Amino acid sequence: MITEKEVIHIAGLARINLSEKEIEKMKNELSLILEYIKKLKELDLENVLPTTHCAELKNITREDISSKRDERVADSLKNLAPQKEQKYIKTKSVF
Amino acid sequence: MNFSDLSIKEIHNGLKSKKFSCRELTDFYLSKIEEWNPKINAYLWIFFDQARYLAQEIDELIAQEKEIHLLSGIPCAIKDNIAIRGQKASAGSKILKNYIAPYDAFVIEKLKSKNSVILGKTNLDEFAVGSSGEHSAYGPTKNPLDHKLVPGGSSSGSAAAVSQKMCVFSLGSDTGGSVRQPASFCGVVGLKPTYGAVSRHGLIAMASSLDQIGPIAKTVEDAEIVFEAIRGQDKMDSTSFEKKEEDFEKKLQAEKFKIGIVKEGMGEGIDNEVLASFKKTIENIRKEGVSLEEISLPHLHYGLACYYILMTAEVSSNLARYDGIKYGQSKKDAKNLLDIYFETRKEFFGPEVKRRIMLGTYCLSSGYYESYYLKAQRTRTKIVEDFKSAFKKVDLLLMPTSSTLPFRLGERIDNPLSMYLADLLTVPVNLSGLPAISIPFKDKKKFPIGIQLIAPAFGEKKIFEFGKFFEKICQSKTT
Repeated sequence: MITEKEVIHIAGLARINLSEKEIEKMKNELSLILEYIKKLKELDLENVLPTTHCAELKNITREDISSKRDERVADSLKNLAPQKEQKYIKTKSVF
Repeated sequence: MNFSDLSIKEIHNGLKSKKFSCRELTDFYLSKIEEWNPKINAYLWIFFDQARYLAQEIDELIAQEKEIHLLSGIPCAIKDNIAIRGQKASAGSKILKNYIAPYDAFVIEKLKSKNSVILGKTNLDEFAVGSSGEHSAYGPTKNPLDHKLVPGGSSSGSAAAVSQKMCVFSLGSDTGGSVRQPASFCGVVGLKPTYGAVSRHGLIAMASSLDQIGPIAKTVEDAEIVFEAIRGQDKMDSTSFEKKEEDFEKKLQAEKFKIGIVKEGMGEGIDNEVLASFKKTIENIRKEGVSLEEISLPHLHYGLACYYILMTAEVSSNLARYDGIKYGQSKKDAKNLLDIYFETRKEFFGPEVKRRIMLGTYCLSSGYYESYYLKAQRTRTKIVEDFKSAFKKVDLLLMPTSSTLPFRLGERIDNPLSMYLADLLTVPVNLSGLPAISIPFKDKKKFPIGIQLIAPAFGEKKIFEFGKFFEKICQSKTT
């Protein structure tokens, strides 16, 4: 139901490298799951509004003033980066 | 002294009256962990020193006759996808192996403010995706009732730790049944609160429209005490919501409730052993004079298909943040930026996480969005409506928590679809944002099954009242 080409395309969108073996396995497993999911085709869903979530949402807003947060939190957040230089997170160049 | 079977209130009274010290209590639970964890693998990280230190501080407070909260000094365990400042939060994944949480989750702030003694962090399916605990990168947890069986998932360690008396209560998270199903498999109580009743701030996100933190405990009363301590609105979670106190305080009489028995929870896809025990519970409730009515939720069995589209879509989006740049393990020596992403995610995500990211990405991709994602959102509306019309007729709904008894370790690991089917009766509740509890029912020598009680949104009080009544019936019938 889902082809090898599609699996490779989706893995690209998901930013995951898959081995040959994984591609084959993924193809079979995803096909099985999608076959089950097809069940929804039995339903007549015309004119039914989609539900995105069930929260009784009320916006939580704060005053537009900067608040002082514990600097150590900011430091420990930065310290989690795999590569750093001074106070910056380091990555390979984009281009 | 053996503390294994004491309730939170009993421990609280014991501490206050100085019958035993918090240090003795904590040492007891730590020794249980030392004894059982090598066999069960419920805990990933254990805080021996911090727990003992806090216990001594609490003993000093008690010695000074200071007021203490019901949860003060109560030894507990936290699922490892909930942040505790300065401690590891691996979420059961290799990608977060060395991750140290920089802040406390809202629920942890709440527990710390009450001086609960956190003993450690518990094992889970990687990023909470799984129904058996076998998808943890740190090895599976075993079912304390039978070590050959899975404990359920994804809050496997949290349920097993309570069941094996390695803590008094624990916190888990429930996206499609991950608190209720392991509670059911391990013979303990698990509550999934109303979506928004407990802040998700500091919970490592899986599927944000479904995730909810909930307590696992030995009794309904204990679960209620923990829920009352962790709920509330939080400015860090815009979906958290506080209902006015009176909703929880209203006096309710459990035996006058009208209970709906879910018709679809008794038919296709439900194992015979589960059905037999479930029918027995209905009989027991009926004998107590409770008014019962059969209720149909016509779209219940579409819940799973709907869930596996919406949840995987949200997983694929939430887990996009693990790119090897900001935190977590990284293949930082890959040849360019894009390859860092591709190689990091290949190397450090487990198979089930990859599968769900792939499925979610597929459902959201161009050309498939309408036939999968949008269709699932429309189905979700039908499921929500089913519950709404049911609650016009009855106060609570009753059905089994899991369609199966705990299966054997390894039995379903190679067949993802059969693993997913274990969530058949729990996912519709998450899709509808409703509160539900799983309470164990043990029929003579049979394996316990979990009975699921579902209430309208913010109807936790109803669940607790009827739950306690139900527990009493079960006990009198089994002893």
